[in-house]
Amino acid sequence: MLSSFWSFWVQAIVIGSMIGCGLLILYTSKGQRKDETTDQTTGHSYDGIEELDNPLPRWWVFMFWGTIVYGFGYLLVYGLANFDGIGKVTVDGEEVTWTATNQWKAEVQAFDEKVAPLYAEYLATPVAELAKNEAALQTGQRLFKSYCAVCHGSNAMGAQGFPNLTDHDWLYGGEADTIKQTIMYGRQGAMPAWGAALGDEGVKDMAQYVRSLSGLEHDAEAAEKAAPKYQQLCVACHGAEGKGMQLVGAPNLTDEIWLYGGSTKQIETTLRYGRAGKMPAQAEILGEEKVHVLSAYVYSLSQDK
Amino acid sequence: MSTAFDHPEYNYKVVRQFAIMTVVWGVVGMAVGVLIAAQLAWPQLNFDTPWFSFGRLRPLHTNAVIFAFGGCALFATSYYIVQRTCHTRLFSDTLASFTFWGWQAVIVAAAITLPMGMTSTKEYAELEWPIDILVTLVWVSYVVNFLGTLAIRKESHIYVANWFFAAFMIMIAILYVGNNLAVPVSLTKSYSVWAGTVDAMIQWWWGHNAVGFFLTAGFLGIMYYFVPKQAGRPVYSYRLSIVHFWALISIYVWAGAHHLHYSALPDWAQTSGMVMSLILLAPSWGGMINGMMTLSGAWHKLRTDPILRFLVVSLSFYGMSTFEGPMMSIKTVNALSHNTDWTIGHVHSGALGWVAMVSIGALYHLIPIMFGRKAGEMWSIGLINLHFWLATIGTVLYIAAMWVNGIMQGLMWRAVNEDGSLKYSFVESVEASHGGYVVRVLGGAFFLTGMLIMLFNVYMTTRDAKKEAAVAAA
Repeated sequence: MLSSFWSFWVQAIVIGSMIGCGLLILYTSKGQRKDETTDQTTGHSYDGIEELDNPLPRWWVFMFWGTIVYGFGYLLVYGLANFDGIGKVTVDGEEVTWTATNQWKAEVQAFDEKVAPLYAEYLATPVAELAKNEAALQTGQRLFKSYCAVCHGSNAMGAQGFPNLTDHDWLYGGEADTIKQTIMYGRQGAMPAWGAALGDEGVKDMAQYVRSLSGLEHDAEAAEKAAPKYQQLCVACHGAEGKGMQLVGAPNLTDEIWLYGGSTKQIETTLRYGRAGKMPAQAEILGEEKVHVLSAYVYSLSQDK
Repeated sequence: MSTAFDHPEYNYKVVRQFAIMTVVWGVVGMAVGVLIAAQLAWPQLNFDTPWFSFGRLRPLHTNAVIFAFGGCALFATSYYIVQRTCHTRLFSDTLASFTFWGWQAVIVAAAITLPMGMTSTKEYAELEWPIDILVTLVWVSYVVNFLGTLAIRKESHIYVANWFFAAFMIMIAILYVGNNLAVPVSLTKSYSVWAGTVDAMIQWWWGHNAVGFFLTAGFLGIMYYFVPKQAGRPVYSYRLSIVHFWALISIYVWAGAHHLHYSALPDWAQTSGMVMSLILLAPSWGGMINGMMTLSGAWHKLRTDPILRFLVVSLSFYGMSTFEGPMMSIKTVNALSHNTDWTIGHVHSGALGWVAMVSIGALYHLIPIMFGRKAGEMWSIGLINLHFWLATIGTVLYIAAMWVNGIMQGLMWRAVNEDGSLKYSFVESVEASHGGYVVRVLGGAFFLTGMLIMLFNVYMTTRDAKKEAAVAAA
């Protein structure tokens, strides 16, 4: 909201300019000849150029007035400075003054109302069942491309730090309702940093042990040294056999699927500095209806067809 | 350059220098334009180097065509016109010479710093603060010299072309300084003193008036001299000049807000920007009518005079793009056109069709005079005609391609499926634009070829003129 001084200032110069244009037309057409064209010049010659005293073209003057009148009409409807304008839009079922924000709200609400029945129907169907509905899956795929592909990739195969959603391997579980839970409320994956606790040698040994769990090439002696430490420090989340725990999102270390890479160097980095994975919660952003359809799509990706 | 062509009364030297450099910078700036157009069609042409990438060459193109080509054209013609119509020599030859060399230094500095990535990031105001200071010094010298010449005029009245030149250079001085106010942190980096939405508004206050004053008012000054001169007819209506001049310069400064529709700019500023842009239609068309109607009684000359053809077609493009502009400023239209290639097409129908064509016409009239010949007496009239067709076809190809692309992009971005999701991803609209981008390169290449032919024609004209002068002296 502008102060009353600035509001008046704005109104005065906008309207003043428009009235000024009108006065300019009136003043300049005073005493102009009525007949259409003339050979009469103004009497000056500049480097041989003369100027005729022809009247303002009538159609042009009409057009000029037309735009000025339209301008006043537009200001009346849409307002100027602290004058609100008489234009209205409907937001939350109420008539409110036109503003760009209110217009946006009105358009979004009108659109949401249009697509609401479709999403309501989808929401009434359980996720696993919806995953068999071709039309719903197409919608889910479009939503995925708009909202999810930036991290998980347009083919949902993920990238380093962003899980592959097509490989049947789940950090938090691949049941239909768990997927929906993940999308709705997000997930915070936290692998603590063990650099200080393990020491440099300890980190290197542990990396060899982790590689041994999935049968990758490793230094057996180093792995042997780290084994007792694993049973002390890592077992709580990753389990005695390294199979992980979906309750806390701890990855299975035996399946050769690596969220942050399985090379010795990458594993050492993970151990030394830890990792923080973040799946953002979509409940507030997309709403349950869209999350529901998205869940069906993601679920369908790991169902054998 | 030799003194053989110096005029006893007027300073033709500075006009000659600026006129020649207009052609040279025109070729350079448009060549960069064709290159970056090709980069958009075939991204491999960025060659994975930072200094050859689109992001750095695009401001080089805009600066070169607006300030080097357009700027030199304005300097050349305004210095020429103000002397001829005031019947007096320039106020100061020293200042004139300083504006020429200073302006060339600015252009060279821009051509070096922009590809190096030194930029203040403000559109059409990318140059960093040391260059801005040089621009300001040159510009103030220009204003002093021009207004000084008006002050010592030997005619009782001031001709309409000079009103437009004076308005253009005063407004540009204010806007350029206002928008470029910045806090330097090093010799090559500064930060704008304006922030957020205010910065955006100040930027477009400048940006739209680089169009409104630099590229419109200034070139209307060119039109008001060269059209009646080349046609040999009086200006159609003095009254119309008065109304459209005052309305144009008072309304144009308001229109910048239409670049910020549906943004964080307060609604009232967007609303007034749109209203003023619409009201601008009639004042803009006033210039077109006055130019076109000046030809009544001389239409037959179009058949034989390609220079007049350049001037008349430039007025047609001027009329077209000043109709298109107010239309695009209407918020509902803008919702479709904003951020699409339509805007680029609109700019080029003004830049190629109006600004470049009216300058080219004026230069073909002017350059022979600068070399002791009669107006329009170029080495080859046939080549002027060829240039005319290349320029016209090039412009039409360019803007048609951008209309198609722009409207297609706008429609694709807003298309939604029944479930409310977007029908197309962004990259699909880019893919669909490829054909238009190729046509644009072609249109640009046509236009550039025309400029190269002009450069050749100018070279041959000066060569012959020098020979003639040597024979006459012997």
